[in-house]
Amino acid sequence: MSEKEKNSPILDKRSSRRTFIKNSGLTVGGVVLGGALGSLLVNKDKTATPEAPAHTETGAAANPNVALMFFTPDEYRMTQTAVERIYPADDNGPGAKDLNAAIYIDHQLAGQYGLNSKDYRLGNFYAPEPTQGAQTKILNKDLFLLGLKELNNYSKQNFEANFVELEAADQDTALAAFSEGKAQFAGTSSSEFFNLLRKLTIEGVYADPLYGGNKDMQGWAMRKYPGSRMSYVKEIQSETFVKLDPQGLNSHMGH
Amino acid sequence: MATKLPKVPVVVVGMGWAGGIISAELTKAGIPVVGIERGKERKTEDYLMGHDELRFQHRTELMQDLSKETITHRNTLNMRALPMRNYGTFIVGDGLGGAGSHWNGQTYRFLPYDFEIKTLTEQKYGPNKIAPEYTIQDWGITYDEMEPYYDTFEKMAGISGETVELYGKRANPYPTGPMLKTPVLEVFEKATTSLGYKPYMVPSANLSEAYTNPDGISRAACQYCAYCENFGCEYGAKADPVVTVIPVAKETGKLETRTHSNVLRLTKDGNRATGVIYVNTITGEEFEQPADVVVVASYVFNNARLLLNSGIGTPYNPETGKGTIGKNYAYQVSSGFTTAFFKDREFNLYAGAGALGIEIPEFTGDNFDHSDLNFIHGSGIRMFQYGARPIANNVVPSGTPSWGAEFKSESIRWANSFLKIASQGSSMPHKNNYLDLDPEFKDAYGMPLLRMTYDYTDQDRELVKYMAGVTSKIAEEMGADIIDTVSEQAPFNVNKDTNTHNTGGVIMGADPATSAVNSYLQMWEAENVFVVGASAFPHNSNFNPTGTLGALSYRAAEGIQTYLKQGGLLV
Repeated sequence: MSEKEKNSPILDKRSSRRTFIKNSGLTVGGVVLGGALGSLLVNKDKTATPEAPAHTETGAAANPNVALMFFTPDEYRMTQTAVERIYPADDNGPGAKDLNAAIYIDHQLAGQYGLNSKDYRLGNFYAPEPTQGAQTKILNKDLFLLGLKELNNYSKQNFEANFVELEAADQDTALAAFSEGKAQFAGTSSSEFFNLLRKLTIEGVYADPLYGGNKDMQGWAMRKYPGSRMSYVKEIQSETFVKLDPQGLNSHMGH
Repeated sequence: MATKLPKVPVVVVGMGWAGGIISAELTKAGIPVVGIERGKERKTEDYLMGHDELRFQHRTELMQDLSKETITHRNTLNMRALPMRNYGTFIVGDGLGGAGSHWNGQTYRFLPYDFEIKTLTEQKYGPNKIAPEYTIQDWGITYDEMEPYYDTFEKMAGISGETVELYGKRANPYPTGPMLKTPVLEVFEKATTSLGYKPYMVPSANLSEAYTNPDGISRAACQYCAYCENFGCEYGAKADPVVTVIPVAKETGKLETRTHSNVLRLTKDGNRATGVIYVNTITGEEFEQPADVVVVASYVFNNARLLLNSGIGTPYNPETGKGTIGKNYAYQVSSGFTTAFFKDREFNLYAGAGALGIEIPEFTGDNFDHSDLNFIHGSGIRMFQYGARPIANNVVPSGTPSWGAEFKSESIRWANSFLKIASQGSSMPHKNNYLDLDPEFKDAYGMPLLRMTYDYTDQDRELVKYMAGVTSKIAEEMGADIIDTVSEQAPFNVNKDTNTHNTGGVIMGADPATSAVNSYLQMWEAENVFVVGASAFPHNSNFNPTGTLGALSYRAAEGIQTYLKQGGLLV
């Protein structure tokens, strides 16, 4: 583990590179696969010493929905790091990373949202006035990947390391630059990427767990939101707060 | 080449509230109707998985597919209009039921003042109260003439409410009693009562109790499940054309609905329409449906667009003020509001209903003196308990960052401890706010998009500022710990959330020179075309538009029946 990772308050043991690979199931019988995976281990982060990963924990594969259909493992890890800065773990409960917001984003970008299939895409794309909404030809899936790339470029230029290796405070500085439209970006403003990242993070924390985020409905539990229930006739008349355990849409199946 | 179908007496374009009401009334009278709808078939069983905030609200499942069709917008005449590429400010319905499936159900009547706004404003404040650029005009109908139609609509939908003294006289009380006055609404009630106002429960189409309407349609009571706006109601408690007027029309055996059918234009012969051309959006096949009467009952935007794309009626010209199609497009203003945060109180904000609200009538219309004010008309000052869904509601005190540790802890801290005192303000027409065809952008079928030229006016900004002050005082009286008031009306932004209360473009009136349709919504320039919807409003009141749209639809249905018997202009 690098010094940076050790010192970073947000990269605890669970988010170390070794555990990432372990949890991502990129090993076969404890042996790291060669080829692309070997280079992933060695080349991307020269300061990190590859360690022999331990066996996959049984819990890691318990939910078959926690797997990637869009991101590369690197992109996934970076997304996990970024969403955690948007919505970090605290005394209230888990952050976006442990709520599987990055899995949610992976699944969204792989589907029709990633392809902007319900957006108007015809005609010329002119530079808009501030009141005219986004006029970018870049698809959501590409905007997100471009954003990750530019986030790394920014991190290297300003902090001489990849985004995931930065101190949390520096990660925040980088994200703030993107949110304010101050970071370099091809084809649109960096704020467009940041807005997409923020929007998808909040959705990944609070959307029904059927979409892959909001793990175990903990996003809802933190704010005492009961999820999807059929009736609140009784609760709505109560003078005091009525706390209900969250229920997902799967509770309506079979009705 | 379009396949020509056999002629029918009446073809209706769009099967939302307007099209549904017209279809029910005509088929009950024995007149066959073909209803053409661009979206899909719908029924309450479709909403079993309806409590899905992401799918229905944020991915706009029930809304018009913008990849096929949108509008373009510019704030002023000298800007280039650009397409609204994704949703932001308004959400346009699609499918059987139209916006009547995804609406909240707040169902008001407009005020007597609204229908005679020009006459009454001049009577009370003189001819120069409002600058001539604000093209207000009387509606060609009075509240008293509208009353029976309101009554019919409210009985059909089962509106739940209570009589308000300051509003127009009612022949009958609301068919069902008001919604539950919850502890949340009582906070507003207590504060406004002690300030001397008379709060009332907002009239609701969410049904406070089980109800059977005059057509024999029975519906269950609202369960306060908190999924109304953007969502369909799995109980059928929320009045929706799909659970009210459309089944009544179908029961007659005289309504044929054709879904996935998008009308491109009306066909015409001289100053009469001869039918419509539509495309099957799944197969791409084109059809021509000839008809004796064409009822244009789509949303505000397409009502104007279809006429413009068909060369029916005279387009409005903002330079000369002449022409009527596209004139007096109006909206609403809701930027004056206060968020009140309570440190030691948690409310059951997860529960709610779309029309579960309370309001004071004292600042609506001309119910307060405008002598020393730089605006006319007013706002409903109101508080709703919609159900605070978690993706959409991350409300934090001003100055809180929009992401990061502080954002997270603050958004969780206040998740059940904030109340919003809102104002929904009227919108006066302005000569430069109008609708026409975009010169460049087209829909997926090659037809020009509608271009909206619109921005808020000085009148709007003054009104918002004034109403913000009222909301702030109410929050103080509530004893809130943190009070955040917004009082500035920013320029109109096509991606900023406001509401879907668009009006005008095919306005009604008594004079063919200044209006497109008469008080039966019959076109002056094409007597067998009826254009039904909020497109007929010459201005927008401070109230939600559906009640008035519904009432006008009943009147138009009456007019169409008369026209089929005797022909000619009805007024």
